[in-house]
Amino acid sequence: MSRVLVAEDLYLLRDGLVHLLQAHGFTVVGAVESGPELLKGLLELRPDVSIVDVRLPPTFTDEGLQAALAARKQVPGLPVLVLSQHVEQLYARELLADGSGGIGYLLKDRVFNAEQFVDAVRRVAAGGTAMDPEVIAKLLASNARNEPLAALTPREREVLETMAEGRSNAAISQRLYLSESAVAKHTASIFAKLGLAPSEDDNRRVLAVLAYLNNR
Amino acid sequence: MSGYRRLESMLRRFGRLAVLLALAGVQVPAVALAAVMLLLSFALGMVFLFPPQVRMVRRVAQLHRRLVARWTGLAIEPPYLPAPPPPVPQADGMYRSDRTLYKTPRVPAWNDRFKWLLTDPATWRDEVWLLFDPLVKVALVPLFLVMPGRGMRVYALWADLLLGATAASRLAGQVSHLRRTRNLAADSQAAEMRRIERDLHDGTQARLVAIGMTLGAVEQLVDTDPDAAKALLAKARDASSETLTELRRVIRGIHPPVLAERGLPDAVRALAIDSPLQVTVNVDLPHRPDAPVEAAVYFAVSELLSNAARHGDARTATVDISAHGGALRVTVTDDGMGGADPSKGSGLAGIERRLAAFDGVLALHSPPGGPTTVTMELPRVLPEYWFGELPEMPRWKSALVIGLWATAWCPTFPQGLVAGGHKLLGYDGDNPSWFLALHLPEPLQWPAILGMTAVGVIMHAMAVRIPARHNRDPWLGQLLPRPIC
Repeated sequence: MSRVLVAEDLYLLRDGLVHLLQAHGFTVVGAVESGPELLKGLLELRPDVSIVDVRLPPTFTDEGLQAALAARKQVPGLPVLVLSQHVEQLYARELLADGSGGIGYLLKDRVFNAEQFVDAVRRVAAGGTAMDPEVIAKLLASNARNEPLAALTPREREVLETMAEGRSNAAISQRLYLSESAVAKHTASIFAKLGLAPSEDDNRRVLAVLAYLNNR
Repeated sequence: MSGYRRLESMLRRFGRLAVLLALAGVQVPAVALAAVMLLLSFALGMVFLFPPQVRMVRRVAQLHRRLVARWTGLAIEPPYLPAPPPPVPQADGMYRSDRTLYKTPRVPAWNDRFKWLLTDPATWRDEVWLLFDPLVKVALVPLFLVMPGRGMRVYALWADLLLGATAASRLAGQVSHLRRTRNLAADSQAAEMRRIERDLHDGTQARLVAIGMTLGAVEQLVDTDPDAAKALLAKARDASSETLTELRRVIRGIHPPVLAERGLPDAVRALAIDSPLQVTVNVDLPHRPDAPVEAAVYFAVSELLSNAARHGDARTATVDISAHGGALRVTVTDDGMGGADPSKGSGLAGIERRLAAFDGVLALHSPPGGPTTVTMELPRVLPEYWFGELPEMPRWKSALVIGLWATAWCPTFPQGLVAGGHKLLGYDGDNPSWFLALHLPEPLQWPAILGMTAVGVIMHAMAVRIPARHNRDPWLGQLLPRPIC
């Protein structure tokens, strides 16, 4: 039973998120609608995971993101899933900067697919990562002139993209219709080509790949 | 060495004098010719002689402006009103000039030019200057010989008096410049609106119609064929997701969300991260500029970075954004192969149009082989002094202003105006009380009263003027007409 905090200023969406999470067995410990409330909730309730809209009152700029970053500064690794109408690599970078995991950054449309969304919430709650495919696509596009990346086979690239979204080997194999051993082989090859130290731990592996893509 | 130098400077001064006198020699027949042409134009109706006459006088005047600027450093700004725009045909293809219609633009264009030259006060100031200039030159010869430097300065002042710009001519120039940039801004805004309308109409709206139709079909199928209904619902969900993606693209084109959320520095950093180039961003702005300025700079940098990545074959780029007084300067440099041509492709032209709304200019330096540097400058878009950074008056000035306010009333009222009132009403003599002027002998009383009043008024004026002069630029500088460059 994970305890969840929801921060969203639109009533309909907030209510919908609360219902969706409750239906999937989460306990919603709070539903707030502004940046200061969110920061207070994050620090006082210490939820297992929180779902945060970037744009919140009172300034309607990036209140939600700032509150999440501030809370994680005080409580390293506090799991936060950030939702937004648009994704920016800049924000993804800021969220990943402390390298401690427990971070999600998704487009709001991903809520449409309840199962995948809930899966992402669970992953973040467990200290994993959930990056929007669009973030990964942008990351790869801005790495277009990176030679080691260009040397990947199309299959390896698919594995890399799926892995960077924060998925485990099991999830990758299911998604790409590959055997788990084949995924492991591709992963080893990718890490060798990019010059990264291989790791058995799913989370650390994802963070290494994201760090690699971010540090051109 | 110094003797040689002295000789050289003396020779130069006499050379200048010789040039001026030679010009005076040319001017005398020019005056005669100008007078004859003017007479023929208006007395005998040979109006076609008027434009060449004005052109000739303007050429002589312009030569003098250039010489004075070079010799004394006093830049004399040409006062001429901007030339009329070329005639625009009516809907039926004819050109109208007053009440007459013409098939070709030649006659209306000539009429416009004629009116322009005739009504520009600068034309007549030039003529007056030409008439008197040879006399002034000759009259100044003794001064030139005794004090060449001073003589040249006096001549420069004379030239500036009649050849320089007036507040009215500057205002007229500014109005026509503003009208041009306003039209440009309105045009580009209209084009943007049309583009957004097209995007929304062809993309978002069409997709929403499709979603609505799918939902309608689901409604009919849900009882008879639940499986098909489910498949359709999945399709509708995908379509709504695509619609959102498209809306995001449109919104990005209108006003990028990251700009609204973070301001210019972070928005440019976000651009840098998204770019396939290795981009370094340096922003040195103490505060956020206005939102329209931020948007213009953002789109310009975005366009330049994508140009560099697409055409320039660049690997790294640098974006510098800094404030220079009230001007915002943006420099984008890349290490591509250079040779960018602003006439090809509309990217740079689009940026220029966007910047024109803020009187901004763009300079491109792109030699073949690179590197390419684009510098954009938007003058006067930032306040000269940000709030709280106004230069403070030195303490002595503040003390002086307070002192003036504290004492100026004394000479103005009791010693000046009130004493004057007493004298007018005939109280003098018996009880002069403490009105200083009334203690003086009779003939000195009025001068003393007037003097006191004048002193008081001057003190009041200084108390107002000192603080106003101190921060002149921020509030007064904005209002005065200024040269167009």
